[in-house]
Parts: sequence; structure tokens; C-alpha cells
Amino acid sequence: MFTSFFYILKKYKVPVSITEWMALIGALNQGYAWSNLTDFYFLARSLLVKSETFYDQYDLAFQEVFKGIETPSEIRDEVLEWLKNPLNQLPFSPEELAKIQQMDAEEILRLFEERLREQREAHHGGNKWIGTGGTSPFGHSGYHPGGIRVGGESRYRSAIKIAAERRFKNYRSDLTLDVRQIKVALKKLRHLSRIGPEDELDLENTVDKTCKNAGDLELVWMRSRQNAAKLLLLMDVGGSMDLHITVCSRLFSAAHSTTHFKALQYYYFHNCIYDKLYKDVERWDSIATSSLLHTLPSDYKVIIVGDASMATSELIARYGSIHYHDQNETPGIEWLKRLSDHFTHCVWINPDTPSYWKHPTVSAIKHLFPMFALTVEGIEQAIQKLVVKH
Amino acid sequence: MVKTPEFNKFVGTNKYIVSPALQNAVNVAIALGRPLLVKGEPGTGKTLLAHNIALGLNKKLIVWNIKSTTKARDGLYFYDTVQRLNDARFGDRDISDIQQYIKLGKLGESFIAPEQEVLLIDEVDKADIEFPNDLLNELDDMSFYIPETRKTITAQHRPIVIITSNSEKELPDAFLRRCVFHYIEFPDSEMMEQIARVHFPNIEKNLLKEVLKQFYFLRQIDEFRKKPSTSELLDWVQALIAGGLSPGKVEKEIPFLGVLLKKEADVEYFQARSSGTQGARFKFYKQY
Repeated sequence: MFTSFFYILKKYKVPVSITEWMALIGALNQGYAWSNLTDFYFLARSLLVKSETFYDQYDLAFQEVFKGIETPSEIRDEVLEWLKNPLNQLPFSPEELAKIQQMDAEEILRLFEERLREQREAHHGGNKWIGTGGTSPFGHSGYHPGGIRVGGESRYRSAIKIAAERRFKNYRSDLTLDVRQIKVALKKLRHLSRIGPEDELDLENTVDKTCKNAGDLELVWMRSRQNAAKLLLLMDVGGSMDLHITVCSRLFSAAHSTTHFKALQYYYFHNCIYDKLYKDVERWDSIATSSLLHTLPSDYKVIIVGDASMATSELIARYGSIHYHDQNETPGIEWLKRLSDHFTHCVWINPDTPSYWKHPTVSAIKHLFPMFALTVEGIEQAIQKLVVKH
Repeated sequence: MVKTPEFNKFVGTNKYIVSPALQNAVNVAIALGRPLLVKGEPGTGKTLLAHNIALGLNKKLIVWNIKSTTKARDGLYFYDTVQRLNDARFGDRDISDIQQYIKLGKLGESFIAPEQEVLLIDEVDKADIEFPNDLLNELDDMSFYIPETRKTITAQHRPIVIITSNSEKELPDAFLRRCVFHYIEFPDSEMMEQIARVHFPNIEKNLLKEVLKQFYFLRQIDEFRKKPSTSELLDWVQALIAGGLSPGKVEKEIPFLGVLLKKEADVEYFQARSSGTQGARFKFYKQY
């Protein structure tokens, strides 16, 4: 049954390796789970799971394997409190010792719980109740030093309960997408180059120069490496995108609060990009798309967020814009093509699930821009695409 | 079975509250002699953990701060070629003695220490992606070789290694396999109350209640560039106590907002939001 835990973890796609599993077995051999499911839960988690994104899957696997297992009921903290003030330890008589030794661990445990249920108050001395200094096998200074502290540290909760809570659901990378996760993904978008003041010692050149100088020391300095990645974010707002407003605003928050870009620019559009892009969500304040193409260098990394679904005419027809007053002379697809021609690194992130991507305008746009889903995995792939040459 | 004191070495200190899970992870790492990798939001006490392990176990702490330019070899030793070059030209020292130009790095220092020490490798993800891989052998065998002097430095006592990461980069699998891992969750309000009590034992109960309410309200706003964390909360409580503010006042508004929100944009966003006008979000987007 125990080895099946390994395979069930695998089934839930937790990346566990044999090395880690052996480490856990080693730790168990040394008794570090303390015959206690709660401690085992944390021990196994810290040795087998190496990223918080898999904590939730671990919880699920743990539940599946250990669900039916009875755990000793949790001991109240007050009990442990009494046990911490030991009176002087009473010496055991040989008969008593023998008697205690006869009881095996499980029996002691069972009795302990039974007693605990009956007992209502703190108790010191005597030979039955749980307390300090007594001859009962349960207690601080008893025969078992330290007393029976079954699961006491778990703050009232058993391992199964902890696993069932699934508090790490939000850390999964394949389902939800929160600001933090997008930030982590965006951080991968870096392009290190040597810029800024020359403040780093270039050792190799220093040695070279010094040798050429016949030993007269000459120090050579170089610029340190910094992130030179510049990001242009274009977001579809309104209409069908309203469904995705939360997740898009998260992407926006993440991009905006990620400070490591050299430059970040962002504009809005509705359904398709024409001759104007907007600086605000209400689409009042605009900037000409052509000026953007002229002013921004082509090494800007471009992320376009939109569902790419629109009436076919909006994409390929002159004057096709959904807004009558826009009067675009050039069809949207042409503008998109100009963008993808100018910028060397572009991706399109689509908040719709990929099964909806069969719409004709989506496939047309997919030909121009590599398209990715708005999930952590999708964003990571998109970022990877942005980092390599296309 | 009862946890033996040999295992249960670290139990927190009087200024640092540990969750049972973290306590377990630390003790497992110490018992197995493996590095402990700690992740978590900024301000959850990753770095402080190492300081408190050192304090709690009464051991010396060595801190190795990682920068984007740090190389794995920097932690082992540093061969001061420039000094040697300089001495060759002007110095009166014997430059054939290379030993005097070899300076041990932080990892090397913790190896030669006469007793076990705590080594904190802070923000390991700042460095190059290959950095952790370059340390695998050294952390496994706890020894390294210095080719310049043909000497091997071996650890007298395996240091307790604590590694922190802000997940700026993925860490290599081979490295992760060797670590004990723990993710420090942001404390829930119950635990936060304990933490606040440790720092302000005399705080009024009602005040603390309101403080925590407001704090967790701020925490759930996703638009902040930097969410307030534990250290901001503690500063805020101190400010409130010093200002002599009543719980009622804290309930109605958030005094000393600047202590909690450190970015101007966050403060502006929050004020726009709390003024309750429709389109506060638009206003927020518009200002950039």
C-alpha cells in the first residue's frame, strides 16, 4: 500500500523521483515520522514535493491513499500544558516497571485516549489520571519520557483534515492564474545585456593589459549586465472580452508591477487593431498605430491579448471596424501584418479555451502570431517564444 | 512515538513563531543533513528563519547574499590575482606563496569552522540559472578542491544550510532533489495575532482585532504592486500605538496608510477605490 503512494503521486502529476522517494524511506527508517500521520504528512511533503505549485496535487494524492486511516484523536493543548510542569519524578518499583513494559505502544495509546475522554481537569500525582509526577504511564515525567504527545503540535488538525482543506489549490499552475504566477512567468522575459556605468572589473583584460604594460598595473572595467527587455502590451477590451476581464486585469497588474523591464508600454483596442490604439479602457485618448510602428524599435517584445473572435469583415474588410466612426481605410488584418512584420518578437495570448479557436478570424490571426492560451503554461510558452528568435 | 530532543532541535525563538510544518521541515533538514530550501512571499520571514535557527540553536550564522553576478566559485574561494599582480610589481611579499592570495568564500568559511554553523544562502534564484547546479557536489560531499594550492577543503561539521528563493527563476531539478523544501504560507489571522503579540505583548485586544481586519482587507486587493506583509503590519501596529489611536478609529479608516503601502501608485489606487466612484479602476488605468 505504501509504495502505491508513490505511484498515486505520479498519477496526480507530482514530479517525484526515486532519489527523493529513497530519501523519504531513509527518513522513515530513522523514525522521523514519529508514528504519526500528521508528522508523516509534513515529512513526506518536504522531501517529495519541491514546489508549492504541486502542494495541491500532493494533498489530493495523500487523501486518496490515507483516507480510511484512523488517527489518534488530537490531544488538547491544555493537557500538554499540565504536562509541562512536572513534579519530581517518582521512582518506579520493579513490579510497576514490569507492568508498564508489558503494555505495548498501542495499548498505552488506547488507554491514553480513553482516560483523556474521561478526564475533565488538570491532575498531579496519583496513578490513574493523566498528569505530572504520577505512576500512570501517561504524563510528562512518566516512564515514557516526554509523555505521549500524539499529534499535539498539529494545532487540533489531523493530516487528513489538512489535506482535505486543499489550501494550496490556488498555487496550481495548470488551473488558476493569479497575479503572482503571471509575475513569475513574466520574470523569465529577460534579455541581459551590458549597460550602465562601467563598474565591474574585467579581470581577463586587466591581466592582458598589465602584461602588455610590462607589469604596470592597469585596471580594465566593464559594464554590468542588466535586463534590457522592453514590453509592448496590447489588450482587447469590451464586447466579448468582458467575460475575461478578471483574468486580463490580473495579467495587467502583473505586467505593471513587474519592475524589471527596461520599458513597458500598453494600449487598448476593441476586437481588432486598426489605425488607432487607445491609451485608456474607454477608448477616448488615442495614438496612431503607424506612429507606434515608427517610434518603437523592433526589439520591443509584443504581447497581444484578445479572443481574436470577430465578424470576418472586421478583420479583412476596409471600413470593417465595429465602431462606425473609426472609418479604417486599411483592413485590420493589414495592420496586424504590419505589427508582426515590424516587431521581431510577437505573441498573441487568447483567454478563450483552445477548443474555441476554430473561428475563421482566430485561425487567420494564428497564421500571423503564435497563439497561446491564457494559463500559466500558456504564458510560459509565450514568454519562451518571446525570448528566442522567431 | 515521541519526538526525541535530538530531532526536535528547532522550536522557534521568543521573537519568531514557527508553524508546525515549518518546524518539522527545519528539523528534518537538520537530521538528514540536507539543505533546506525555503520559498514564500516577500515578508514572510524566509531570511529571518535562518537568523532564528542560529539564535535558537546557539550557533554562528554565515550569510551568503547572492547577486545576479555571483558565481558558484565565489562561495568556495577567491584567488586574488590582482593583489598578487600588484605585489609582483611593487610588493615585498613572497609571491610564490599562493596560499596567501586564496581567500575562502562563505561556503568555504562554514566548512573550516571548528563547530557546526548555520549557512544562509540568500535569494539563490538571483544568480545565473546554472548556479545551483554548480554547487551540487560541494553541498553533497561538503568538500571542494582548490587547484591553485592542490588542497581539498573538507567540512569539519556539516553546516546547516538554509537556502531562500523568491521563485524568480526555476531551480534545476537535480538541485531540488537534494533539498528539503518548504513553502512558507502567508500567516492566517490567527497566527498573525500570535506574531503581533510576540512583538507587542501589551497591545489592546480590540485594537489588534481591528488592525488584523483592515490588514487582511488590504491583502486581498490584487491590484497592489506590493501587498503589505508581516513586517509592514508590525510597523503599522507600532505607529498606531505610538499615535495612541483608538480601535474605533482604525475600524473606520486606515491611519498611517503610508506605513502599509509603500508605492505611491498603490496609495493612489486605494484612495480612488475607497472613494467609491464608479470607474475607479478606469481612473487607475488611466493615470499611466
